[in-house]
Amino acid sequence: MVDFGGWDMPVAYGSQIEEHHAVRRAAGVFDISHMGIVDLRGERCRELLRGLLANDVARLNLPGKALYSCMLNQQGGVLDDLIVYYLDEDFFRVVVNAGAREKDLAWIGARAADCGVTLRERRDLAMLAIQGPQARERSAALLTAEAAWAVLELQPFFGAQIGEWFVARTGYTGEDGFEIMLPTGEAASVWRRLNAAGVRSCGLGARDTLRLEAGMNLYGNDMNEQTSPLESGLAWTVAFDPPDRDFTGRAALEAIRARGAEYKQVGLVLNERAVLRSHQRVLVPDIGEGEVTSGTFSPTLERSIGLARVPVATGQSVQVEVRGRAMPARVVRVPFVRHGKALISLV
Amino acid sequence: MSHIPQDLKYTRSHEWVKQIGDGIAEIGISDHAQHSLGDLVFVELPDIGRALSAGESCAVVESVKAASDIYAPLAGTVVAVNDQLRHTPELINRDPYGGGWLVRLRPEGAGSDAGLLSAIEYRAVADEG
Repeated sequence: MVDFGGWDMPVAYGSQIEEHHAVRRAAGVFDISHMGIVDLRGERCRELLRGLLANDVARLNLPGKALYSCMLNQQGGVLDDLIVYYLDEDFFRVVVNAGAREKDLAWIGARAADCGVTLRERRDLAMLAIQGPQARERSAALLTAEAAWAVLELQPFFGAQIGEWFVARTGYTGEDGFEIMLPTGEAASVWRRLNAAGVRSCGLGARDTLRLEAGMNLYGNDMNEQTSPLESGLAWTVAFDPPDRDFTGRAALEAIRARGAEYKQVGLVLNERAVLRSHQRVLVPDIGEGEVTSGTFSPTLERSIGLARVPVATGQSVQVEVRGRAMPARVVRVPFVRHGKALISLV
Repeated sequence: MSHIPQDLKYTRSHEWVKQIGDGIAEIGISDHAQHSLGDLVFVELPDIGRALSAGESCAVVESVKAASDIYAPLAGTVVAVNDQLRHTPELINRDPYGGGWLVRLRPEGAGSDAGLLSAIEYRAVADEG
């Protein structure tokens, strides 16, 4: 067990690598109740979120639609990354990181009052992520025929309230699946029923190797309050259009765009028998230095992979200082793995 | 609770030592150590013939979570290494006191294992974390 944002969480229930493979090949379930669920209610929810988030909730037109976004400070640094669900014009739901929960509540709360929006943290809800190629079918098997039909109809990045459950077709693994918010009292029995249906219990360790293979950032590692989304591989989540939408951090990001970003995020693959870890130094000959922000052993590729922040001029090859030795690493485009398949060549 | 065989000697840094005959000592890491490290993915072993002093770093085991140095529990010369670990490091997780051994040493001098811990003494170390 490890402390994670104040929660005691298992790194693995058994073998972390077997848990990883279960998600790539069949299905696994993660207890992600540490994530903060915050309901926003009020007629001016959309206006509030358009000012708070770097992505634009104007893109959310269909009920249940989800959007991934960064929330920035005035300097363009990332306060948190989150998912926002549009449920109704006066009802949005936001899911934030455990470690940033209190900071986020204070930040959003301070601005919500001006818009007459109220915040309610849903500590009464647990959250389970069921992920893998078999995840949707095996989850649906636990439901009544009517509810099963509804969840199997969900399109990617949509959620729906189904009885007491809020089920979303989202995840953090690069596989298909659901994230389910449900009353805490039901979570343990649902977990056991999922196990009985062949869904393997998975811990934080597998969650990390899966998200990294999928090329997904981890808040605190790959971006933080000192780094902008433009230098953290998250430029695709920033909506500069329309140009008159004034969101917090916009001016700082435009200044970075105007002068050109100094750093960029890249994927790294190590061919040596060693493992990339966060904070290792990346040496870029004739150009400068960067840093590994996340690194691990990829069970699917059977070699080490990582994300790094490097000077923008960095080309195809770099060296990483691993245990006092400079080892050659290859720069690749992420994701490394998606839907069970390697997306990078292994030479 | 982790498995700690009675007939082996141990170190505070979680290595075990087994006398396997002909004066040869076999070295590995404890069940407690493999469990703390989690799934092992790479192992770096010393060259045969290398002379080690007691406490010298002689191998590296790397798991998904962390890399960890292995220290020679006693002084001696490396006579064999477990080559199977290069391709199946998970043997250390599956069988830490058997198929997961790391290095065999010909110890230097007699009584060189005097500073090692008994199973009972090591139990106290493992229980501390």
